[in-house]
Amino acid sequence: MEKKLLFKNIDDPDQVKIDTAVSKGAYKAWAKALKEMKPEDVIAEVKDSGVRGRGGAGFPAGVKWSFIPKDNPRPKYLVCNADESEPGTCKDRVLMEQDPHLVVEGMCIAAYAIGSHLAFIYVRGEFVKPYRTMEKAIAEAYEKGYLGKNVMGTGYDLDMVVHTGGGAYICGEETALLNSLEGERGMSRIRPPFPAIEGLYACPTIVNNVETLACVPHVINNGAQWYKSMGTEKSPGTKIFSLSGHVERPGNYEVELGTPLSYLINDLGGGVAGGRKLKAVIPGGSSTPFLLPDQLETPLDYESIAEAGSMLGSGGVIVIDDRTCMVWVIERLIHFYKHESCGKCTPCREGTGWLEQLISRIEHGEGKEGDIEKIETICDNIMGRTVCPLGDAAVMPIQSSIKLFREEWEYHIKNHECMVKTEFEFK
Amino acid sequence: MILTDESVKKIEEKMARYPRRKSAILPALTVAYFQVGHLSKEIYEEISHIIDIPALEIAEAATFYTMFPKEPVGKYLIQVCHNISCALLGADSLIKYLEEKLEIRKGETTSDGLFTLISVECLGSCASAPMMQINDKYYENLTREKVDRILAELRGQG
Repeated sequence: MEKKLLFKNIDDPDQVKIDTAVSKGAYKAWAKALKEMKPEDVIAEVKDSGVRGRGGAGFPAGVKWSFIPKDNPRPKYLVCNADESEPGTCKDRVLMEQDPHLVVEGMCIAAYAIGSHLAFIYVRGEFVKPYRTMEKAIAEAYEKGYLGKNVMGTGYDLDMVVHTGGGAYICGEETALLNSLEGERGMSRIRPPFPAIEGLYACPTIVNNVETLACVPHVINNGAQWYKSMGTEKSPGTKIFSLSGHVERPGNYEVELGTPLSYLINDLGGGVAGGRKLKAVIPGGSSTPFLLPDQLETPLDYESIAEAGSMLGSGGVIVIDDRTCMVWVIERLIHFYKHESCGKCTPCREGTGWLEQLISRIEHGEGKEGDIEKIETICDNIMGRTVCPLGDAAVMPIQSSIKLFREEWEYHIKNHECMVKTEFEFK
Repeated sequence: MILTDESVKKIEEKMARYPRRKSAILPALTVAYFQVGHLSKEIYEEISHIIDIPALEIAEAATFYTMFPKEPVGKYLIQVCHNISCALLGADSLIKYLEEKLEIRKGETTSDGLFTLISVECLGSCASAPMMQINDKYYENLTREKVDRILAELRGQG
């Protein structure tokens, strides 16, 4: 079953208006947190709820918040990461476009919990509609006194700013995002220091994904125990999965964590499009290793997907049918990662370029004996050797494709053509 | 001046929201891009005067971000997503169809200056593939029929 928690109100076109949102309970959690709870109580509740980062890393949000130093006199910042760019992922956009006040409210509560009086939401530059919707929602929240000076008469001041990016995937990585927000090139920073210690303008900063923050009002309203009643023990709550590719009914679906992958693809998504045969599934955005048809019963939670050899990531589930050449898939992806490498670390900057050349020549029938081994060596030399996870992200699908579909790679090199001719026509 | 009074005002308003002026670089570039259609040295100079940051630092940031064309483009910049979810649903054939319809190759501009066709990386519209962005608008779940209609509409406006 779909479990609509974050998506509870997205079907109402008036939900973007503050009066409608408030009539359905928006900002109730913000009032509760601000008037009845101390910041440390809010952190404790969110920590206890077990809400984990929905941007890809899965790090517990409350634990992250607790890293903000108490004795640092500098301003603290909350940044909502709305740079949604992981191929296969299109969920944060829906939240921003259809229930922006839920996102604003989550940001308010998180800001209060960490003692921040200025919060930013970094929206990817191409997302013009989500940007405008968020701007409007924030303006309404100011008008109604949920933002600004002396919020709801409590003496707490909170400002909120929508910032826009410029089309760089890397800016979804939190330290690159912070550089970008400072007006610099979006290159990642070496950690430590972590943003919670030295983030935006070298001040303590928390960066959370849109979906993570959208969980927070629900946790505050209903309590950690209630939240934990959904999902699994280690992966509590619900998660939005973006279902795309060769599936009958693509879309964004919210389910309890632990729901089997087959339920998402077959029951909610209507199965592989045209009744064709499934070849592989990317479960957590393009950076995550493939799962095979016999792994379809894997529960969608952080632990089970990891056990199956992949990652839950951002929840971007991409369905691939048997008409698809896996070298073609990887060529598409390595082109992307090479384009998006920020150029800071040599293994990623040079390695993604070499990989693109090698993979492209194999895909186009010009592969040579030993190319696969070369690719494997380059992958090994990128993996774990870069400042940010982009290098790993580029390598993981390649390694997985070679491991699971090696015969297709070998066929390519031997026969100078695809084992499976891939030609998809749009309607 | 290339930037209109309205754009300058927008940039000044945005700048006032940040604790540090430099943070206004990307928002300023975005305002300029949506007004002009591309960025240029002259625009970096103008932004430099408005937010009081050296033009070199503006250019340094701008050249990192691929969303902003650095050369003039057609009135309508057609950006087709060619990443995996869209590719699985025929993004390559969509690009080919647009090339035929517009009688240009990817990367080119029509002779009337109306359309430039490029392909781009994932635009976060994977569940409504194939898709394209034209200027500030997303067009999703594209079919041949839809594409014909969109082009006719834009030609009518152009």
